Amino acid sequence: MVQMNKKRRRGSELGSRGVGKSNRRTRLKTGKLVKAERSVLEPGKKAPNFSLNSTPDQKVSLNDFRGQPVILAFYPADWSPVCTDQLSLYAEVMPEFKKFNAELIAISVDNIWSHLAFAKDRKLNFPVLADFEPKGMTSRKYGAYNEKVGECARALFVVDGQGIIRWSHLSPDGVNPGADGILAALENLNTGQAASKS
Amino acid sequence: MAGTATVTRKRETGKTLLEPSLKETARKYDAPRLTVPITPERDHTEGPLNAALTLVQYGDYQCPYCGAAYGEVKKVQKELGSKLLFVFRNFPLTNMHEFAMNAAETAEAAAAQGKFWEMHDFLYEHQDTLRDSSRALGYAKKLGLDTQRFEREIAQHVHQKRIKEDFSGGVRSGVNGTPTFYANGVRHDGEAVAKALFKAVGSGK
Repeated sequence: MVQMNKKRRRGSELGSRGVGKSNRRTRLKTGKLVKAERSVLEPGKKAPNFSLNSTPDQKVSLNDFRGQPVILAFYPADWSPVCTDQLSLYAEVMPEFKKFNAELIAISVDNIWSHLAFAKDRKLNFPVLADFEPKGMTSRKYGAYNEKVGECARALFVVDGQGIIRWSHLSPDGVNPGADGILAALENLNTGQAASKS
Repeated sequence: MAGTATVTRKRETGKTLLEPSLKETARKYDAPRLTVPITPERDHTEGPLNAALTLVQYGDYQCPYCGAAYGEVKKVQKELGSKLLFVFRNFPLTNMHEFAMNAAETAEAAAAQGKFWEMHDFLYEHQDTLRDSSRALGYAKKLGLDTQRFEREIAQHVHQKRIKEDFSGGVRSGVNGTPTFYANGVRHDGEAVAKALFKAVGSGK
């Protein structure tokens, strides 16, 4: 019982959680990180802009959200065989994200019609974008594309108001990452901003 | 809810939000830890507070996987007896389960009169009747509760704040679906069956 209140590792260390086979990186003597296989964009990098369809005639761009934190959730596929999935959890946790004025954008390679049906079925309250044509182009830019299966990896990014990636995380295949890492990253973002102001 | 038929078929092994191919990958990384320590004054506990082993469940009364796990937890509790402290916390998935919040409020209203576990068990044993609140009311009467107070607390959402606190704490601890268990403070990413839970809490069975 004494063990219970051990605090979770926070901040950048969270990024190391979930490092699996697909996320192996090598640190060169210069300290530079190089990609082994799949490797998601690291904190400090500028988040590549994108403009993807959220409905058949509407596009959403990352730049639309400049000035506020954005959570990017890349995920493999719309219809998971279980009752629901990671995105349904995020729909439930949305009030917590909103406390940080953060927007959530979910991205997969499924087409827009699938997304619309999926979002309706799961009562998703955030944009679900189709990285459909050219397939996976945006996911690839983030290092969040799984070439082998032709789907997005289960990768998360927290982008700050200036468009800089402040936290990224790649889940082992099949592990639903939950929302704790996102919330910790958003919290750190706020702390950082408060510190830079003072 | 769409997909209910699938749920019923898969309830033996599944979990509401967790992807199914989990078993292989779960061992490769550090599972999240419980960030909200067990607090006897606040938590609903079963078993001695100084028990060597602890099992914390985040659950939703309408979730079919929680319904399936309910009996599994009972088995674990029966087997481990006084060695185990079991804690239940609320994690209602209100977008998917329209009666989950009301059911959680029902259990908390019973808890306010000292009958949490009785109502908790009743709700899991009567999951298919959650839409009919007169069932729980009838049971509250049978338990000898002040039913006026019980009904008023549910209607006025007196306990919703606490339920939402449970939910937020769960999210911070990495709850990623229901049920989510923490065995001795570490998230249990295996199946929600007695055998796996035994193993997770370190009983060696």
